[in-house]
Amino acid sequence: MSKLHSVRLPHFSASAEQSTRKIPAPEVVAISMAQHIGAPCEPCIAVGDKVKIGQKIGDSEAFMSAPVHASISGVVKEIKDVMNVFGRLCKTVVIENDNKNEMFEGLEPPKCDTREDFIKAVRESGAIGLGGAGFPTHVKLGFDKNKVKIDYLLLNGAECEPYITSDYRELMENSDNVLAGIDLIMKKLEIPNAIIGIEEDKLAAIDKLTKLAVRYPNIKVQKLPGAYPQGAEKVLVHSLTGRVVQEGKLPSDVGCVVMNVSTAGFIYGYIKTGVPLVRRRITIDGNIVNNPANFFIPVGTLLHSIVGFADVRKQPDRIVLGGPMMGSCAFDPDTPLGKTNNAVLLFADTVEQTPTNCIRCGRCVRACAANLMPTELEQAFDARDVKELQRLKVNLCMNCGACSFVCPAKRNLAEKNQLAKDFLRAATAPKK
Amino acid sequence: MNKLFVEASPHIRSPRTTKNIMLDVIIALCPALVASIVIFGYKAAVLTAVCVASCVLFEFLFNKIVKKPGTVSDLSAIVTGMLLSFNLPVDLPIYMAVIGCFVAIVIVKCLFGGIGQNFANPAITARIVLMLSFTAAMTTWAEPLAWFKGTTDAVSTATPLGVISSGEGTLPSLLDMLLGVRGGCLGETCIAALLLGGIYLICRGVIRPITPICFIGTVALLSFFKGGFDIEYVAYQVMGGGLILGAFFMATDYSTTPITDKGKVIFAIGCGVITFLIREFANYPEGVSFSILVMNCLTPLIDRFTSAKPFGAIVPKKEGKKE
Repeated sequence: MSKLHSVRLPHFSASAEQSTRKIPAPEVVAISMAQHIGAPCEPCIAVGDKVKIGQKIGDSEAFMSAPVHASISGVVKEIKDVMNVFGRLCKTVVIENDNKNEMFEGLEPPKCDTREDFIKAVRESGAIGLGGAGFPTHVKLGFDKNKVKIDYLLLNGAECEPYITSDYRELMENSDNVLAGIDLIMKKLEIPNAIIGIEEDKLAAIDKLTKLAVRYPNIKVQKLPGAYPQGAEKVLVHSLTGRVVQEGKLPSDVGCVVMNVSTAGFIYGYIKTGVPLVRRRITIDGNIVNNPANFFIPVGTLLHSIVGFADVRKQPDRIVLGGPMMGSCAFDPDTPLGKTNNAVLLFADTVEQTPTNCIRCGRCVRACAANLMPTELEQAFDARDVKELQRLKVNLCMNCGACSFVCPAKRNLAEKNQLAKDFLRAATAPKK
Repeated sequence: MNKLFVEASPHIRSPRTTKNIMLDVIIALCPALVASIVIFGYKAAVLTAVCVASCVLFEFLFNKIVKKPGTVSDLSAIVTGMLLSFNLPVDLPIYMAVIGCFVAIVIVKCLFGGIGQNFANPAITARIVLMLSFTAAMTTWAEPLAWFKGTTDAVSTATPLGVISSGEGTLPSLLDMLLGVRGGCLGETCIAALLLGGIYLICRGVIRPITPICFIGTVALLSFFKGGFDIEYVAYQVMGGGLILGAFFMATDYSTTPITDKGKVIFAIGCGVITFLIREFANYPEGVSFSILVMNCLTPLIDRFTSAKPFGAIVPKKEGKKE
């Protein structure tokens, strides 16, 4: 099995050994109707309505969609358009906390005797991939078993980005549910094997899971090298099974379903209790945070509640939502956090880097897990050369950021790749 | 809250910069510089200082005149200056060295767009230009350790490869070859110091070991057959001329050599073969500079054919030439 390119990153995992705590209940949450890729939901409540925790507040008929639930009890104050970190306007439900912390009455363990029931239940839970990409889980699990034969359920516990330790805490604090969740999914979907992939630096988690997994003969724990981007879907499939997911294909085409460990843990909890996805664990860290740790936050918590709560040495000048390699910079302190948000990183003393000439050192080429040539892609994009961009396969860039990370000339290679993908899409779109 | 920085991901960068890469190269060249001063006296230091100063000055002036942002602080001009001086005989008149620096920095580097944009190695090209322009001065080799032996006049000596090629004169011992006590360009003679610097660059991840291994290996292998399986002959071929300097410091130049490892192997083997051919069959006793320049010119072609195959890519079958 050939080894894919990767980079070694500093870990900054100071938050790893702290148990997850709760943040003080926010006074207001803003829950976006677009929590994931795919179709956004439509609100099914009105301004002035009283809502309770776990009550469905938005849903959609679309296939690529999962419903959204209230994360606090209170009154719907308004429904407005809010710009998310990607610069898109999304309908957002603002709920004012009544501090009664009431659970919605209708929450009970869902019926899940058959495969169909189970997938429906997963959809109703509002589950989406908790690793960061946020693919609706029921879509992933709803593969057509007559068309594809799935023989591996792969659990992503690589957590390869620096700072973030939320999956590690899930593995340490919720290990029984994670394993039970995996077992449940395997049984319901008739998947014979499961492998939990954990990066080698998380020894405690590997030990714990390996010991507990003895009860489940078909669940294996596998140590992954500490090499970024280990957690990228195609890389993980390759590391755990040696299979290659071809261009334009999905892991299911090579018999794999990839799921984040936290998602598996959540699904088991939902099937037992019926409480949908209304809170998640995030890591709060960064170079000005005094006590980096993980926290449970209600979905829709506003960024400024987190910043106000975090114990920081000085005012941040840069806030990253998600990991430092693939996360996005927040530009508005009122940005609401969503289901996919696994970290809030606060930084100060940011030094703006000015790119200099490419010196053709080839570090980006040797860093690219997709085996692309970032420096040549940049030139091709600068020249707006459609053919060359196609030849160099810019579409296979997973935006892991390794190329920009290693570049000694501090060129924004990953950014250019994203621009190039958009350019190529527009240039090759059928003309109307 | 303060104003927030917004940038595209990633939000952390490696501590490696162009400047600290160049600094590593300068550090790696220092053992050989010290050795050259020991072997050829203070004149080696003077020549190096002149080359470094004029390279930096030319780059500074060029950027000023064409109103480009200054690039002197990336230290690459210092590297070029040092490498060029290493490729010159120690007694070369200063003005010739300055002309060499002009060729290297202005013509070869800056006119093509500055660092990273030049297709040929500045120091190598400048050396070849000087070689063709001032052949006599460029092939007058000072006697090693003259200051120590008390020879005051510049006594001309021959390089080991010159001796092998012409069959006249005596060869230095292999130990002298290793330590650099022999005629030659000022920075190329002390193999031990160059290896020390080369190993430093490999350990620091600045250069890929594949290039020097393939380059030197090819020359060694071909000499082994040519010399009738004579290990001593191979040792002189490997340690003679500018092979070690070229293989570790110039054939590993980023801008002018292929980007992938596969490309680097082809490049290095090509350099080795051409070096061998020139040494054996051409009028020049030494061929490292020419071989690197020729392969520099082939680099875009090699890059084209050794382009990495993307992971999981489906390469469309060629549909004839329809366009």
